[in-house]
Amino acid sequence: MRFPTLTSPHLTGPNSTTRVMAEVLLALVPGIAALVWYFGWGVVINIVLASLAAVAAEAAVLRLRGHPVQPAITDLSALVTAWLFAVSIPPTLPWWLTVIGVLFAIVIVKQLYGGIGYNPFNPAMAAYVLLLVSYPVQMTAWLPPTLLADHVLSFQDSLALIFLGTPPAGLAMDAITQATPLDVMRQKLDLNQMISEIRQSPLWGDFGGRGWEWVGNWFLLGGLYLLARRVITWHIPVSMLGAMLVAAGLFWLADPETHPFPAFHLFSGGAILGAFFIATDPVTACTTRKGQLIFGGLIGLLVFAIRSWGGYPDAVAFSVLLLNIAAPTIDHYTQPRVFGHAKGRKHDR
Amino acid sequence: MDQAARQEMPQVTPRRVWAFHGGLHLPDHKRESTGRPVRPAELPARLWLPLQQHIGEPAQPVVSVGDTVRKGQLLARPKGAISAGIHAPTSGTVVAIGPHAIPHPSGLRADCIELASDGRDAWAELPEPWPDFEARDPVELRERVRWAGIVGLGGAAFPSSVKLSPKADLPVHTLVLNGAECEPYITCDDMLMREHADRVIEGARILRHVVGARAVLVGIEDNKPEAIGAMQQAIAASGDARIAVVVVPTKYPSGGERQLIRVLTGAEVPSNGIPAQIGIVCQNVATAAAVADAVVRGRPLISRIVTLTGEGIAQPCNLEVLIGTPARDLIAQAGGYTPRVAKLILGGPMMGFALPHDDVPITKAANCLLAPSRAESPTPPAPLPCIRCGRCAEACPVELLPQQMYWWARAKDLDKTQDYNLFDCIECGCCAHVCPSHIPLVQYYRYAKTEAWAKEQEKRKAEQARQRHEMRVARLERLESERKAKLRKKKEELETPPADAPAEDPKKAAIQAALERAAAKKAALAAQGVAPRNTGELTPAQQRQVEAADARRQATAPAARDDED
Repeated sequence: MRFPTLTSPHLTGPNSTTRVMAEVLLALVPGIAALVWYFGWGVVINIVLASLAAVAAEAAVLRLRGHPVQPAITDLSALVTAWLFAVSIPPTLPWWLTVIGVLFAIVIVKQLYGGIGYNPFNPAMAAYVLLLVSYPVQMTAWLPPTLLADHVLSFQDSLALIFLGTPPAGLAMDAITQATPLDVMRQKLDLNQMISEIRQSPLWGDFGGRGWEWVGNWFLLGGLYLLARRVITWHIPVSMLGAMLVAAGLFWLADPETHPFPAFHLFSGGAILGAFFIATDPVTACTTRKGQLIFGGLIGLLVFAIRSWGGYPDAVAFSVLLLNIAAPTIDHYTQPRVFGHAKGRKHDR
Repeated sequence: MDQAARQEMPQVTPRRVWAFHGGLHLPDHKRESTGRPVRPAELPARLWLPLQQHIGEPAQPVVSVGDTVRKGQLLARPKGAISAGIHAPTSGTVVAIGPHAIPHPSGLRADCIELASDGRDAWAELPEPWPDFEARDPVELRERVRWAGIVGLGGAAFPSSVKLSPKADLPVHTLVLNGAECEPYITCDDMLMREHADRVIEGARILRHVVGARAVLVGIEDNKPEAIGAMQQAIAASGDARIAVVVVPTKYPSGGERQLIRVLTGAEVPSNGIPAQIGIVCQNVATAAAVADAVVRGRPLISRIVTLTGEGIAQPCNLEVLIGTPARDLIAQAGGYTPRVAKLILGGPMMGFALPHDDVPITKAANCLLAPSRAESPTPPAPLPCIRCGRCAEACPVELLPQQMYWWARAKDLDKTQDYNLFDCIECGCCAHVCPSHIPLVQYYRYAKTEAWAKEQEKRKAEQARQRHEMRVARLERLESERKAKLRKKKEELETPPADAPAEDPKKAAIQAALERAAAKKAALAAQGVAPRNTGELTPAQQRQVEAADARRQATAPAARDDED
């Protein structure tokens, strides 16, 4: 009798890339549901559009590269990129901008660098930044949360707006859209208004913008699920949010009228989504434990710095991309001590 | 030392255990093969005894084809310091010494002594049993262990006598007995401890005496309550309070030597070092039992317990097997293969290697024959690209960065893999097991290690060749200059005309000159009236001899002496 001779180990663990990606998609669902609840059908349309574009782009590039298409599609990584991108963009973004963003993410940022596992930058965030700097008007035109909106867009309205660019009859585009709370806070602070003044507006909830803060909570729930399922570890989210809160807290203590309450930072913009779903992207983040703490911490500080003094209202995408570049270097200098090696000597050099 | 030991002693309270980084909780699959007691395997008709069953130099045969041998007789003696002898597992005739398939991952053939058993299983004369081992000198006991051909039976097969040799600068305080048996499926140590705990403890006491340790810690994973109970009873029966069982949490690979030492003592064996550097010697429980057999019963190592298990084997069991028995015979005795058999693995599912066929003999290191079904050991899916998730680093018990080593191994950058401490890798397979991309990481590390060794060897060879070349050049130069000098001398001799004195032999002239000098000297001395003496500084004994001789001379020829030399 002849037996196959494969090398050890002869047991294969239950983990797989597909499972990891599926868990991430599942964890995004509560946050997406909240987005749909507060911002309407446009979110769903964006997700579907982005998913189709991402899978098609991935398949096309792999075919061009002469690589097997099937494993790359079934690993669901293109869908994760598509969903993360789709939840970051305004719900009424014209369809061609969404498609351009996804194509840039998949074709240029991911596949041209070698495909899954080889991209130095987070594809969704790179695409977001591309659109933000190229089409700032469209990219900052968010809908108000439905509970504040004068006119709630129906599914048909959203379709027409996204694909044809025609707002519902009798309404101008400006009447439908609104700046995000982060944007509002910034603009008003620039006009030397006091925070107590600014917060008079019905736009504000307990911590961040109304609606927005609840979206943050639901994304947080998904993030905790990822932690519980050991898809991610606590290091990056905790260090990122922790550093942001500490920095925001110090400035708030110094002057609460010009620096918003720390929880405002936590529950605004992409902070929670970024901390649990974007900065933790294993391909582009640090891999050593110490490195992850530094990586997360620096992202948190950068987010606070750019939000407070930078040119853009939100900063998660910029901060993540900046630290993506630094990740290999951080990893290099934060190697753990190997078992049996003297303390303080990282490796023989 | 005994006093110190007594102070350390009583271990009624559970001992503290330490954790090691990473590791895996795997389904242990132990129950399949522990249902039946260990039974002796049938006497095989033919046995093949590989000359190399251990780390180090292969043994040298001391029998020739056609010799009849008896059970326990030495067949091959150890060669060099790191080597182990091989004894006849049964009585019979040596029918061949030559290549035969051995258990090796690549299906290699190597020199084996082929023994046809005569069915009588008759013992040779054995050395004297030493039940009084505590009165024996450790050196004697160590020699007995070396004689018995004992190697580490946990799987590494390192000659045990080497580990027991003392190093003056490295005193040993603790002997660790490894009964963790952390790999799934394997139960041979478990069964040995259940059924022969007394022998293990006896061996532990001998080993403790040999290395001069104060304490013995027996590490057993908590999934073996029967073995733990039996060992505790045996310790109580021996009355030796220096030995303690330490129950360790079940986590793969706690049975790795360095991991177990860490769990039991909290100490880390230095990288590239040996446990003796931190005062510890570690031996497997089966090795301890073999030592007890050698010392107390005077028997060499000729058998071991082998686990046969997996869904591919009809009746999973443990057999007491003579070394050299073909695996095929054993599988037949375990009811043969089931139709579900997919692989045959020697060792456990994590670190064992797959055998291409079962026509290989059991060696001293063979602890388990695992025949898993496809469900138990599925063919791994095609590897996908690494997504750098870091699960491998989380699982690594050595705290390496497996994915970095993988990148560098793939890039064939061997220096970089070594910067990431490739050679600290114990190949436990934890990283590959948790990898979501199913990358055969361990394979990459083995490749990189082999390449690095090959490169190292090449370097050494090149260095040797360079030295040889330089020496040859120097030698040729020297010979050439010598030849030239000779030629020149000859030429000079030919060129200088013969001396004007008639051709006289220079030797004769010299003798003549010497004679003339002597005569002149004698004449001068005679003129002074002194005879030459060579009796300047004499010891009293010589002086007495001289006086006696003078007395004799005077008695015989007093007149002739005075004026003659």
